Amino acid sequence: MAVRVRVPTPLRRFTAGVDEVPADGASIKAVIEDLERRHPGMRERLLDEKGDIRRFVNIYLNGDDIRFLDAINSKVKDGDDISIVPAIAGGH
Amino acid sequence: MATTSQSFPRLPADIDAYARERVVPLSEVVPVGRAISVLDLVGKTPLLEIARLTAGLIPADVRIFAKLEGFNPGGSVKDRPAKKMLEVGIAEGKLKPGKVILDSTSGNTGIALAMLGATLGYPVELVMPSNVSRERKKIVEAYGAKIHYSDPMEGSDGAIVMCRKLIAQDPARYFKPDQYNNEANAQAHFETTGPEIWRQTHGEVTHFVAAIGTGGTVMGTGRFLKSKNNAVKVIAVEPDDAMHGLEGLKHMASSIVPGIYHEKELDDKIQVGTEEAYEMVYALGQTEGILVGQSSGAAMIAALKVARSIREGTIVTVFCDFGDKYLSTNLWIGWQEWRHERLQQVIAKWNNK
Repeated sequence: MAVRVRVPTPLRRFTAGVDEVPADGASIKAVIEDLERRHPGMRERLLDEKGDIRRFVNIYLNGDDIRFLDAINSKVKDGDDISIVPAIAGGH
Repeated sequence: MATTSQSFPRLPADIDAYARERVVPLSEVVPVGRAISVLDLVGKTPLLEIARLTAGLIPADVRIFAKLEGFNPGGSVKDRPAKKMLEVGIAEGKLKPGKVILDSTSGNTGIALAMLGATLGYPVELVMPSNVSRERKKIVEAYGAKIHYSDPMEGSDGAIVMCRKLIAQDPARYFKPDQYNNEANAQAHFETTGPEIWRQTHGEVTHFVAAIGTGGTVMGTGRFLKSKNNAVKVIAVEPDDAMHGLEGLKHMASSIVPGIYHEKELDDKIQVGTEEAYEMVYALGQTEGILVGQSSGAAMIAALKVARSIREGTIVTVFCDFGDKYLSTNLWIGWQEWRHERLQQVIAKWNNK
Protein backbone atom coordinates (compact mmCIF):
# COMPACT_ATOMS: atom_id res chain seq x y z
CA MET A 1 0.00 0.00 0.00
CA ALA A 2 1.42 3.36 -0.98
CA VAL A 3 0.79 6.05 1.61
CA ARG A 4 1.98 9.58 2.32
CA VAL A 5 3.52 10.39 5.68
CA ARG A 6 3.71 13.92 7.08
CA VAL A 7 6.91 14.36 9.03
CA PRO A 8 7.24 16.86 11.92
CA THR A 9 10.19 19.25 12.17
CA PRO A 10 12.19 17.22 14.71
CA LEU A 11 12.25 14.19 12.38
CA ARG A 12 13.09 16.02 9.16
CA ARG A 13 16.79 15.55 9.72
CA PHE A 14 16.13 11.95 8.64
CA THR A 15 14.23 12.98 5.49
CA ALA A 16 16.70 15.58 4.17
CA GLY A 17 14.36 18.31 5.38
CA VAL A 18 11.33 17.03 3.45
CA ASP A 19 7.99 17.41 5.29
CA GLU A 20 6.07 14.69 3.45
CA VAL A 21 7.46 11.36 2.27
CA PRO A 22 6.03 8.29 0.53
CA ALA A 23 6.06 4.89 2.25
CA ASP A 24 4.67 1.41 1.76
CA GLY A 25 3.02 -1.09 4.07
CA ALA A 26 -0.25 -2.77 4.96
CA SER A 27 -0.22 -1.59 8.58
CA ILE A 28 1.22 1.29 10.60
CA LYS A 29 3.86 -1.11 11.84
CA ALA A 30 4.87 -2.04 8.29
CA VAL A 31 4.88 1.61 7.26
CA ILE A 32 7.26 2.44 10.12
CA GLU A 33 9.55 -0.41 9.08
CA ASP A 34 9.53 0.96 5.54
CA LEU A 35 10.27 4.46 6.83
CA GLU A 36 13.23 3.02 8.71
CA ARG A 37 14.58 1.42 5.51
CA ARG A 38 14.23 4.67 3.59
CA HIS A 39 15.23 7.01 6.43
CA PRO A 40 17.34 5.16 9.00
CA GLY A 41 16.87 6.48 12.54
CA MET A 42 13.12 7.06 12.31
CA ARG A 43 12.00 3.86 14.03
CA GLU A 44 13.92 4.50 17.23
CA ARG A 45 12.26 7.91 17.54
CA LEU A 46 8.79 6.46 17.06
CA LEU A 47 8.91 3.10 18.86
CA ASP A 48 10.22 2.04 22.25
CA GLU A 49 12.37 -1.01 22.89
CA LYS A 50 9.24 -3.19 23.13
CA GLY A 51 8.10 -2.03 19.71
CA ASP A 52 5.22 0.07 21.01
CA ILE A 53 4.64 3.65 19.96
CA ARG A 54 6.47 5.99 22.32
CA ARG A 55 4.09 7.74 24.65
CA PHE A 56 4.97 11.21 23.43
CA VAL A 57 4.43 10.32 19.77
CA ASN A 58 1.00 10.63 18.23
CA ILE A 59 0.28 9.03 14.86
CA TYR A 60 -2.83 9.99 12.95
CA LEU A 61 -4.29 7.84 10.19
CA ASN A 62 -6.52 9.98 7.97
CA GLY A 63 -6.95 12.30 10.95
CA ASP A 64 -7.71 9.62 13.56
CA ASP A 65 -5.34 8.90 16.45
CA ILE A 66 -4.24 5.30 15.94
CA ARG A 67 -4.44 4.73 19.71
CA PHE A 68 -8.20 4.76 19.21
CA LEU A 69 -7.93 2.41 16.19
CA ASP A 70 -5.80 -0.73 16.32
CA ALA A 71 -2.67 1.11 17.51
CA ILE A 72 0.45 -0.06 15.69
CA ASN A 73 -1.48 -2.83 13.94
CA SER A 74 -3.98 -0.45 12.36
CA LYS A 75 -4.57 -1.42 8.72
CA VAL A 76 -3.49 0.98 6.02
CA LYS A 77 -4.99 1.42 2.53
CA ASP A 78 -3.58 2.84 -0.68
CA GLY A 79 -3.61 6.62 -0.63
CA ASP A 80 -4.00 6.94 3.16
CA ASP A 81 -2.60 10.00 4.89
CA ILE A 82 -0.45 9.42 7.95
CA SER A 83 0.76 12.22 10.21
CA ILE A 84 3.40 11.92 12.90
CA VAL A 85 2.85 14.61 15.51
CA PRO A 86 4.96 15.12 18.64
CA ALA A 87 2.74 15.30 21.69
CA ILE A 88 4.20 18.65 22.62
CA ALA A 89 5.33 21.82 21.05
CA GLY A 90 8.50 22.81 22.90
CA GLY A 91 9.42 26.25 24.24
CA HIS A 92 7.42 27.62 27.13
CA MET B 1 3.76 2.97 51.94
CA ALA B 2 6.09 0.94 54.13
CA THR B 3 7.93 3.99 55.30
CA THR B 4 8.96 4.80 58.82
CA SER B 5 10.73 7.78 60.22
CA GLN B 6 13.93 5.79 59.89
CA SER B 7 13.62 6.08 56.15
CA PHE B 8 14.31 9.79 56.47
CA PRO B 9 17.47 9.99 58.51
CA ARG B 10 18.00 13.61 57.66
CA LEU B 11 14.93 14.82 59.51
CA PRO B 12 15.96 15.15 63.16
CA ALA B 13 13.73 14.33 66.11
CA ASP B 14 13.53 17.93 67.25
CA ILE B 15 11.94 19.27 64.12
CA ASP B 16 11.12 22.65 65.66
CA ALA B 17 14.73 23.34 66.60
CA TYR B 18 15.77 22.15 63.17
CA ALA B 19 13.33 24.52 61.55
CA ARG B 20 14.47 27.46 63.68
CA GLU B 21 18.05 26.81 62.83
CA ARG B 22 17.84 25.91 59.16
CA VAL B 23 14.70 27.09 57.50
CA VAL B 24 13.70 30.57 56.51
CA PRO B 25 10.31 31.23 58.13
CA LEU B 26 7.54 30.81 55.60
CA SER B 27 6.24 34.24 56.50
CA GLU B 28 9.40 35.69 54.99
CA VAL B 29 9.15 33.90 51.69
CA VAL B 30 5.50 33.26 51.06
CA PRO B 31 3.27 36.25 50.50
CA VAL B 32 0.70 36.69 53.25
CA GLY B 33 -2.01 39.17 53.91
CA ARG B 34 -3.49 41.38 51.26
CA ALA B 35 -2.51 42.20 47.72
CA ILE B 36 -4.10 44.73 45.41
CA SER B 37 -3.26 42.84 42.22
CA VAL B 38 -2.07 39.38 41.25
CA LEU B 39 1.08 41.22 40.18
CA ASP B 40 1.96 41.45 43.87
CA LEU B 41 1.65 37.69 44.29
CA VAL B 42 4.31 36.73 41.75
CA GLY B 43 7.40 35.03 43.17
CA LYS B 44 8.33 34.25 46.78
CA THR B 45 7.73 30.57 46.17
CA PRO B 46 8.59 27.85 48.69
CA LEU B 47 11.65 25.61 48.49
CA LEU B 48 10.92 21.94 49.18
CA GLU B 49 13.59 19.45 50.16
CA ILE B 50 13.31 16.27 48.09
CA ALA B 51 14.43 13.88 50.81
CA ARG B 52 12.06 10.94 50.59
CA LEU B 53 12.55 9.99 46.96
CA THR B 54 16.31 10.45 47.24
CA ALA B 55 16.80 8.49 50.48
CA GLY B 56 19.53 5.95 49.84
CA LEU B 57 20.09 7.19 46.29
CA ILE B 58 22.39 10.12 47.01
CA PRO B 59 25.32 10.68 49.39
CA ALA B 60 24.43 11.64 52.95
CA ASP B 61 26.02 15.07 52.58
CA VAL B 62 24.16 15.98 49.44
CA ARG B 63 20.75 17.61 49.60
CA ILE B 64 18.33 18.42 46.79
CA PHE B 65 15.78 21.22 47.00
CA ALA B 66 13.10 22.14 44.49
CA LYS B 67 11.73 25.64 43.99
CA LEU B 68 7.99 25.12 43.67
CA GLU B 69 7.06 27.61 40.97
CA GLY B 70 3.57 26.20 40.72
CA PHE B 71 2.77 28.44 43.68
CA ASN B 72 2.84 31.52 41.47
CA PRO B 73 -0.63 32.97 40.81
CA GLY B 74 -0.56 31.90 37.14
CA GLY B 75 0.68 28.49 38.23
CA SER B 76 4.19 28.57 36.79
CA VAL B 77 7.67 30.07 36.83
CA LYS B 78 6.67 32.11 33.78
CA ASP B 79 4.80 34.65 35.91
CA ARG B 80 8.19 36.10 36.84
CA PRO B 81 9.52 36.94 33.35
CA ALA B 82 6.05 37.88 32.09
CA LYS B 83 5.65 40.43 34.88
CA LYS B 84 9.12 41.86 34.34
CA MET B 85 8.77 42.09 30.56
CA LEU B 86 5.47 43.97 30.89
CA GLU B 87 6.89 46.28 33.57
CA VAL B 88 9.90 47.12 31.40
CA GLY B 89 7.65 47.59 28.35
CA ILE B 90 5.46 50.04 30.28
CA ALA B 91 8.48 51.88 31.72
CA GLU B 92 10.02 52.27 28.25
CA GLY B 93 6.72 53.48 26.77
CA LYS B 94 6.48 50.52 24.39
CA LEU B 95 3.42 49.11 26.12
CA LYS B 96 0.72 51.73 26.54
CA PRO B 97 -3.06 51.94 26.33
CA GLY B 98 -4.33 50.92 22.89
CA LYS B 99 -1.64 48.28 22.39
CA VAL B 100 -2.27 44.56 22.22
CA ILE B 101 0.16 42.15 23.92
CA LEU B 102 1.10 39.46 21.36
CA ASP B 103 3.60 36.62 21.65
CA SER B 104 4.23 33.05 20.64
CA THR B 105 4.11 30.56 23.47
CA SER B 106 3.25 26.93 23.93
CA GLY B 107 1.67 27.53 27.27
CA ASN B 108 2.91 28.83 30.57
CA THR B 109 4.13 32.21 29.32
CA GLY B 110 0.83 32.59 27.53
CA ILE B 111 -1.04 31.86 30.74
CA ALA B 112 1.10 34.39 32.61
CA LEU B 113 0.66 37.09 29.95
CA ALA B 114 -3.09 36.46 29.75
CA MET B 115 -3.43 36.71 33.53
CA LEU B 116 -1.29 39.84 33.85
CA GLY B 117 -2.87 41.44 30.78
CA ALA B 118 -6.27 40.96 32.39
CA THR B 119 -5.25 42.65 35.63
CA LEU B 120 -3.39 45.46 33.82
CA GLY B 121 -6.22 46.03 31.33
CA TYR B 122 -4.41 45.09 28.11
CA PRO B 123 -5.84 42.72 25.48
CA VAL B 124 -3.65 39.65 24.93
CA GLU B 125 -3.26 37.53 21.79
CA LEU B 126 -1.15 34.37 21.72
CA VAL B 127 0.22 32.17 18.96
CA MET B 128 0.56 28.52 19.91
CA PRO B 129 0.80 25.22 18.07
CA SER B 130 -2.60 23.54 18.03
CA ASN B 131 -1.23 20.44 19.83
CA VAL B 132 -0.63 22.16 23.19
CA SER B 133 -2.66 20.69 26.00
CA ARG B 134 -6.40 21.36 26.14
CA GLU B 135 -6.15 22.68 29.69
CA ARG B 136 -3.70 25.36 28.61
CA LYS B 137 -5.91 26.61 25.82
CA LYS B 138 -8.89 26.83 28.17
CA ILE B 139 -6.97 28.60 30.92
CA VAL B 140 -5.70 31.23 28.49
CA GLU B 141 -9.18 31.78 27.11
CA ALA B 142 -10.58 32.01 30.63
CA TYR B 143 -8.34 35.05 31.18
CA GLY B 144 -9.89 36.60 28.08
CA ALA B 145 -6.97 36.13 25.69
CA LYS B 146 -7.33 35.27 22.00
CA ILE B 147 -5.40 32.33 20.51
CA HIS B 148 -3.95 32.04 16.99
CA TYR B 149 -3.15 28.40 16.23
CA SER B 150 -0.03 27.46 14.30
CA ASP B 151 0.75 24.15 12.57
CA PRO B 152 1.52 21.42 15.12
CA MET B 153 3.96 19.86 12.65
CA GLU B 154 6.16 22.95 12.90
CA GLY B 155 6.38 23.00 16.71
CA SER B 156 7.21 26.12 18.71
CA ASP B 157 9.41 27.47 15.93
CA GLY B 158 6.32 27.48 13.71
CA ALA B 159 4.54 29.64 16.29
CA ILE B 160 7.50 32.03 16.40
CA VAL B 161 7.38 32.45 12.62
CA MET B 162 3.59 32.95 12.57
CA CYS B 163 3.87 35.56 15.33
CA ARG B 164 6.44 37.51 13.29
CA LYS B 165 4.06 37.52 10.32
CA LEU B 166 1.15 38.84 12.41
CA ILE B 167 3.29 41.67 13.71
CA ALA B 168 4.59 42.50 10.25
CA GLN B 169 0.98 43.03 9.11
CA ASP B 170 0.36 45.73 11.74
CA PRO B 171 3.49 46.57 13.73
CA ALA B 172 2.01 49.60 15.53
CA ARG B 173 -0.80 47.54 17.03
CA TYR B 174 1.26 45.11 19.03
CA PHE B 175 3.61 44.93 21.98
CA LYS B 176 5.66 41.75 21.77
CA PRO B 177 7.29 40.74 25.06
CA ASP B 178 9.54 38.42 23.00
CA GLN B 179 10.59 36.12 25.81
CA TYR B 180 13.24 34.41 23.68
CA ASN B 181 15.19 37.63 23.08
CA ASN B 182 14.12 39.99 25.88
CA GLU B 183 16.80 40.32 28.53
CA ALA B 184 14.06 41.27 31.02
CA ASN B 185 13.20 37.55 30.99
CA ALA B 186 16.57 36.58 32.49
CA GLN B 187 16.63 39.76 34.57
CA ALA B 188 13.41 38.71 36.35
CA HIS B 189 15.23 35.64 37.61
CA PHE B 190 18.35 37.64 38.49
CA GLU B 191 16.19 39.93 40.64
CA THR B 192 13.81 37.41 42.22
CA THR B 193 14.48 33.67 41.75
CA GLY B 194 18.21 33.98 42.44
CA PRO B 195 17.93 36.06 45.64
CA GLU B 196 15.11 33.85 46.95
CA ILE B 197 17.20 30.71 46.49
CA TRP B 198 20.21 32.37 48.06
CA ARG B 199 18.20 33.30 51.15
CA GLN B 200 16.27 30.05 51.35
CA THR B 201 19.51 28.05 51.35
CA HIS B 202 21.33 30.48 53.65
CA GLY B 203 23.85 30.92 50.87
CA GLU B 204 24.72 27.23 50.96
CA VAL B 205 23.61 26.43 47.41
CA THR B 206 26.43 24.78 45.45
CA HIS B 207 24.64 23.65 42.28
CA PHE B 208 21.75 25.18 40.37
CA VAL B 209 20.00 22.88 37.91
CA ALA B 210 17.27 24.19 35.59
CA ALA B 211 15.59 23.07 32.39
CA ILE B 212 15.82 25.28 29.32
CA GLY B 213 12.75 26.57 27.50
CA THR B 214 13.96 30.07 26.71
CA GLY B 215 17.00 29.86 28.97
CA GLY B 216 15.72 32.74 31.13
CA THR B 217 15.63 30.80 34.40
CA VAL B 218 19.05 29.20 34.10
CA MET B 219 20.72 32.38 32.82
CA GLY B 220 19.27 34.92 35.25
CA THR B 221 19.26 32.76 38.37
CA GLY B 222 22.69 31.38 37.51
CA ARG B 223 24.15 34.85 37.10
CA PHE B 224 22.81 35.98 40.45
CA LEU B 225 24.06 32.92 42.30
CA LYS B 226 27.50 33.23 40.70
CA SER B 227 27.58 36.92 41.67
CA LYS B 228 27.21 35.81 45.29
CA ASN B 229 29.53 32.82 45.03
CA ASN B 230 31.42 32.21 41.83
CA ALA B 231 31.90 28.56 42.78
CA VAL B 232 28.20 27.78 42.33
CA LYS B 233 27.81 25.41 39.38
CA VAL B 234 25.07 26.30 36.93
CA ILE B 235 23.72 23.35 34.97
CA ALA B 236 21.11 23.37 32.20
CA VAL B 237 18.78 20.51 31.36
CA GLU B 238 17.55 19.75 27.86
CA PRO B 239 15.75 16.89 26.08
CA ASP B 240 18.06 14.18 24.73
CA ASP B 241 16.61 14.33 21.24
CA ALA B 242 14.83 16.73 18.92
CA MET B 243 11.87 14.33 18.99
CA HIS B 244 10.82 14.44 22.64
CA GLY B 245 7.83 14.74 24.92
CA LEU B 246 9.01 17.30 27.44
CA GLU B 247 6.52 20.10 26.96
CA GLY B 248 8.11 23.50 27.38
CA LEU B 249 11.70 22.38 26.91
CA LYS B 250 13.95 23.06 23.95
CA HIS B 251 16.48 20.76 22.35
CA MET B 252 18.97 23.50 21.53
CA ALA B 253 20.86 21.81 18.71
CA SER B 254 17.69 21.52 16.63
CA SER B 255 15.92 24.75 17.62
CA ILE B 256 16.08 28.46 16.94
CA VAL B 257 18.48 29.35 19.76
CA PRO B 258 16.99 32.09 21.98
CA GLY B 259 18.91 35.36 21.98
CA ILE B 260 19.02 35.41 25.78
CA TYR B 261 20.61 31.94 25.96
CA HIS B 262 24.39 32.04 26.33
CA GLU B 263 25.73 28.55 26.65
CA LYS B 264 29.24 29.70 27.57
CA GLU B 265 27.93 30.89 30.95
CA LEU B 266 26.92 27.36 31.88
CA ASP B 267 29.15 24.91 33.72
CA ASP B 268 27.42 21.90 32.28
CA LYS B 269 24.41 20.70 30.32
CA ILE B 270 22.57 17.45 31.03
CA GLN B 271 20.36 15.67 28.54
CA VAL B 272 17.30 13.86 29.84
CA GLY B 273 15.11 11.29 28.11
CA THR B 274 11.36 11.74 27.94
CA GLU B 275 10.51 8.37 29.47
CA GLU B 276 12.79 8.80 32.49
CA ALA B 277 11.36 12.27 33.09
CA TYR B 278 7.81 10.90 32.98
CA GLU B 279 8.80 8.16 35.45
CA MET B 280 10.19 10.81 37.75
CA VAL B 281 6.88 12.68 37.65
CA TYR B 282 5.13 9.52 38.83
CA ALA B 283 7.77 8.89 41.50
CA LEU B 284 7.52 12.44 42.85
CA GLY B 285 3.77 12.04 43.17
CA GLN B 286 4.06 8.81 45.11
CA THR B 287 7.02 9.63 47.35
CA GLU B 288 6.91 13.36 47.94
CA GLY B 289 3.20 13.94 47.50
CA ILE B 290 3.82 16.50 44.82
CA LEU B 291 2.27 16.36 41.36
CA VAL B 292 4.34 18.28 38.82
CA GLY B 293 4.63 18.69 35.06
CA GLN B 294 7.07 16.81 32.84
CA SER B 295 9.68 19.59 32.80
CA SER B 296 9.97 19.22 36.59
CA GLY B 297 10.48 15.49 36.13
CA ALA B 298 13.32 16.25 33.71
CA ALA B 299 14.86 18.77 36.12
CA MET B 300 14.69 16.28 38.98
CA ILE B 301 16.30 13.51 36.91
CA ALA B 302 19.18 15.89 36.17
CA ALA B 303 19.41 16.98 39.82
CA LEU B 304 19.60 13.32 40.82
CA LYS B 305 22.42 12.72 38.31
CA VAL B 306 24.34 15.69 39.71
CA ALA B 307 23.72 14.53 43.29
CA ARG B 308 25.10 11.09 42.51
CA SER B 309 28.24 12.59 40.98
CA ILE B 310 29.33 14.66 44.01
CA ARG B 311 30.20 13.93 47.64
CA GLU B 312 28.65 16.93 49.29
CA GLY B 313 26.63 19.90 48.25
CA THR B 314 23.28 21.65 48.15
CA ILE B 315 21.53 21.30 44.83
CA VAL B 316 18.63 23.55 43.95
CA THR B 317 16.41 22.83 40.99
CA VAL B 318 13.21 24.38 39.69
CA PHE B 319 9.85 22.67 39.40
CA CYS B 320 8.32 24.95 36.78
CA ASP B 321 4.69 24.13 37.48
CA PHE B 322 2.27 21.64 38.97
CA GLY B 323 0.89 18.70 37.03
CA ASP B 324 -2.80 19.40 36.79
CA LYS B 325 -2.46 21.13 33.42
CA TYR B 326 -1.10 17.94 31.88
CA LEU B 327 -3.67 15.38 32.95
CA SER B 328 -5.09 15.18 29.42
CA THR B 329 -1.67 14.82 27.80
CA ASN B 330 0.43 11.85 26.73
CA LEU B 331 2.26 12.10 30.08
CA TRP B 332 -0.51 9.97 31.55
CA ILE B 333 -0.90 7.46 28.71
CA GLY B 334 -0.11 4.03 30.07
CA TRP B 335 -0.40 5.29 33.63
CA GLN B 336 -2.57 2.27 34.44
CA GLU B 337 0.54 0.11 34.22
CA TRP B 338 2.19 2.13 36.93
CA ARG B 339 2.09 0.47 40.34
CA HIS B 340 4.00 0.82 43.54
CA GLU B 341 6.14 -2.20 42.65
CA ARG B 342 7.10 -0.43 39.47
CA LEU B 343 8.18 2.58 41.49
CA GLN B 344 10.60 0.40 43.44
CA GLN B 345 11.98 -1.01 40.17
CA VAL B 346 12.53 2.46 38.77
CA ILE B 347 14.24 3.67 41.93
CA ALA B 348 16.48 0.59 41.78
CA LYS B 349 17.27 1.46 38.15
CA TRP B 350 18.29 5.00 39.13
CA ASN B 351 20.45 3.49 41.85
CA ASN B 352 22.33 1.42 39.28
CA LYS B 353 22.99 4.25 36.83
